Amino acid sequence: MNFSEVFKQSNQLCKVSPDGKYLATCVQYRLVVRDVSTLQIMHLYTCLDQISHMEWSSDSLFILCAMYKRGLVQVWSLEQPDWHCKIDEGSIGLVSSRWSPDGRHILNTTEFHLRITVWSLCTKAVSYIKYPKACQKGIDFSRDGSYMALAERRDCKDFVSIFVCDDWHLLRHFETETQDLAGLEWSPNGCVLAVWDSCLEYKVLLYSLDGRLLSTYSAYEWSLGVKSVSWSPSSQFLAIGSYDEKVRIINHITWKKIAQFQHPATVESTKATVYKEVERRPAVGTDEMSLHNITTGSTLFNTQSKYEICSLPVQVPVVKPDPDRANPKIGVSVLAFSSNNHYLATKNDNMASVVWVWNMQMMSLQAVLEQTSAVRCFQWDPCHPRLALCTGNTKLYLWSPGGCVAVQVPTEGGFQVHSLNWHCSGNSLILLGKEQLCLCYMETDEEDK
Amino acid sequence: MGEWWTTEASMENYEISSISHVTMSPSRQNNFVSSYSFPLAKSFYSVISAFCTEDNILQCISYINQELASLGLSSTYIEATSPEGTGLNAVPALNAMYELLQIHRRTMSTVEGLEKEQLKKSSTMELMQTSNTRLKDQLELSIREKSGLHEMERQLQLKIKTLQSCLKTEKDEVQKLQSIIASRASQYSHDAKRKEREAAKLRERLSQLLVDRKDKKLAIDVLNSLGRSDGKRGHWKTAKATASHEGEMYKSLLSDYEASQKSLMLENAELKKVLQQMKKEMIHILSPRSSSGRGATADDSLEQHHDSDGEEKTGDTSRETLDQSCEHAREQLTNSIRQQWRKLRNHVEKLDSQVSQVQNQLESNKEMIPLETHEDEMERMRCEVQQCKEFIHAQQQLLQQQLNTSFDDETAALLNDCYTLEEKERLKEEWRLFEEQKRNFERERKNFTEAAIRLGREKKAFEEDRASWLKNQFLNLTPFTDRRRCSSSDGHSALSVRSEPEIRSSVKAQLAKSSTYTTFSTPRSSQSAAVPSTPELYRTLRLIPESSSSRHSNRGLWQECSTIEDGDNRVKAKNGGRCSDLSIFSMGEDENSLN
Repeated sequence: MNFSEVFKQSNQLCKVSPDGKYLATCVQYRLVVRDVSTLQIMHLYTCLDQISHMEWSSDSLFILCAMYKRGLVQVWSLEQPDWHCKIDEGSIGLVSSRWSPDGRHILNTTEFHLRITVWSLCTKAVSYIKYPKACQKGIDFSRDGSYMALAERRDCKDFVSIFVCDDWHLLRHFETETQDLAGLEWSPNGCVLAVWDSCLEYKVLLYSLDGRLLSTYSAYEWSLGVKSVSWSPSSQFLAIGSYDEKVRIINHITWKKIAQFQHPATVESTKATVYKEVERRPAVGTDEMSLHNITTGSTLFNTQSKYEICSLPVQVPVVKPDPDRANPKIGVSVLAFSSNNHYLATKNDNMASVVWVWNMQMMSLQAVLEQTSAVRCFQWDPCHPRLALCTGNTKLYLWSPGGCVAVQVPTEGGFQVHSLNWHCSGNSLILLGKEQLCLCYMETDEEDK
Repeated sequence: MGEWWTTEASMENYEISSISHVTMSPSRQNNFVSSYSFPLAKSFYSVISAFCTEDNILQCISYINQELASLGLSSTYIEATSPEGTGLNAVPALNAMYELLQIHRRTMSTVEGLEKEQLKKSSTMELMQTSNTRLKDQLELSIREKSGLHEMERQLQLKIKTLQSCLKTEKDEVQKLQSIIASRASQYSHDAKRKEREAAKLRERLSQLLVDRKDKKLAIDVLNSLGRSDGKRGHWKTAKATASHEGEMYKSLLSDYEASQKSLMLENAELKKVLQQMKKEMIHILSPRSSSGRGATADDSLEQHHDSDGEEKTGDTSRETLDQSCEHAREQLTNSIRQQWRKLRNHVEKLDSQVSQVQNQLESNKEMIPLETHEDEMERMRCEVQQCKEFIHAQQQLLQQQLNTSFDDETAALLNDCYTLEEKERLKEEWRLFEEQKRNFERERKNFTEAAIRLGREKKAFEEDRASWLKNQFLNLTPFTDRRRCSSSDGHSALSVRSEPEIRSSVKAQLAKSSTYTTFSTPRSSQSAAVPSTPELYRTLRLIPESSSSRHSNRGLWQECSTIEDGDNRVKAKNGGRCSDLSIFSMGEDENSLN
């Protein structure tokens, strides 16, 4: 495992182009585009203000930089560095900006969710979509980029509009049976739209592309409901994480629950392996590692970590949430399927330092990673069954079915990993610190030593 | 009520007891009995005291006769002998008296009996009384208890009532709260809706305003327009386009459904295959069992056989119709599978029960004869131990044999060489020792021959001495008395007196010599002055080794004796350390050879 040198970035804006060739980072009001393989700066663009959002177009030819405070969007071209485009939303304000899947349209959401403005870079045409709903996930494009589902709110009722992205033709418009729609998500095959209600009610609705209600799922009533929803890449399963600290897996044929994963405070499942991160100070000058650390000059403040396999049953640290506060820190908030559908990683908010990995073939708990501090972010390798996670310290953690490893990021001044992103090839990983970034290269032939 | 009854009973009791007291002891007067019995008696006595007077004898007689007649003693009639009545006919009077006495005795005895009975009755009465009082106490106690329970019940009832009222109030409260919640919820939702509407209105207005203002800033500034990513040109929004969108949507949906249907078909086929397989196996498993089980329980097996027959039939039919994949076929298939499954389950259950029975039996057996089995087990284990021992022994022997024989020639030769070399060394050593020993023996033999020669000489000298002494003796028989006296006073040493200084010198020279030597040396003391003793000679000639110089001490003598006895032993004693080494070595070798 190798690490690149550290680069500057701001607002954690750092993205690899969809084709995997370029790395775009924002530093204050500058946009820097590098070649991923050499890390040489290829282009440098200067925006009008500090960039608050940056996004690659699907064809990796354009980069969108949004400055929400100024209500401005600037677009840059890689092929023609002197080409420029500036969209000004004016006094109506801007809260969100994104590319359409074809990379020729920009969708801007105005302040107060007054409307969504669709700007065409081809024709300079502008069109509006009124009544978008301000919610957790009110807009979603299907995986193939042909359809867009948009949550709307009119007359205190929730509606979903399905647009054809090609020409923004409204394909379907239907009312949903929700009290307060919280989000929607296309299945990866683009044929089923999952819609879920706000946390006050456990309700998940499944709509066909043509607006028919396929099924409704509700696990319980009178309690805080859905917290997170995720489709498996094969569209076979819909995982629903809820406030009752459980994940329910819905199948795609009957749309009924086929499995339920609990997150108990005491892990007793005999099939599961519990990895516990153990921190220790490095022994002074005894082995190569400390020598290496001395050369990097960060021995004093760094602790080494390793995983220990605990014998069951294991007590997992639990933080009791304050019941009087809104949005209590309890329940399954993050769900992620591995690229090959075999594993599901989850995080329960009142066990913030624990990541659970479930085996979707056995429908059982496979591994529990107990970290020393709260898990900030985890992401599956897009090509291999490999999970990378970070906890806001100087270490990178990797899990694979074969085992678990903690790697110290060997950079000066204690690089703290706040977030991470896999490169689409799965060979490298972008680690984001507070104002820095660093690339981590996996050894392709010998997986996570 | 009860209490009243008891008091009544006690009153009666009291009366009875008082009466019985009277009868039992007439001395104790009871007032209210005597009050009307005694006056009567008294008057009676006063009359009686003057019953018969001189004047009224006849009347008396008649009266008594009447009385007797009334008593049923009519046979005896008392008659006066004289009409005046002074005389009395004795016989009937006496008879009457006798009769009266008899009657009196009888009545007395009956009275006694009655009294006894009375006593008995009174004691039982007393018993009854005590039991009665006891029961009364009990009754009282239970009554008290009852009242206590009553009280408790009342309290509980009260409590229940209060609790019920509480519950009611709580329920009311809950209802109230629920209604409050409901009203609040409706209020909230209403408010939310209102707010939302307001917000929507505001938004509308805001956007309207923004649109009306013709915000100049709202603009797109592109250097030059881009081509579409797919290279096509934009389309007009037409009905055709809409239709095509619809079509595409349905197409994608259709393809998705087709795909899912295909996968389902595949899965279905797979499952059907599995089902068939399972069914076949089930039939296979179940059919031989039914035939074998026929012997055990006739009716059961018959039934099963029938079942399996039917099963096969249905199985066949289902197989035939399986490919049709229609509702009917499916039903049949599932039915047959269900039946099979039921049978299998029954079978398994039966097996289970059998197993449990067997286990129970085993357990009961265990409980019944634990000692015997224990004994048997012990015996068996002993046998086993014996066998094991034998086996181990045999193995050891075999191992030894193996070790002795199974070396290949080279190693054997090498080992032999080693052994021979060692043996040679040992032999050499022994040989050396032996040689030394031999030399010693030689020397000693020489000594002995010398000693023998010397002894011969000494003997000769002694003989000569004796001869001379005898001669002297003989000569002393002659009248040389002074000489004889001298010899008698000093016994056999008389001859040594003559050579006193010489003896002393010899003693000095052989101070360590044993007494035997001294005695030996005494006779030749005369010689010793001129010739040294043989050991001395040897010593001076250094013929005797220094180590054996102490031979003349007691120990040395013993050593010599032992050497004479057993030469080998002496060798061993001489080179003690060596010898032990050797012996150890040899023993080791022995072992080696054994191995």
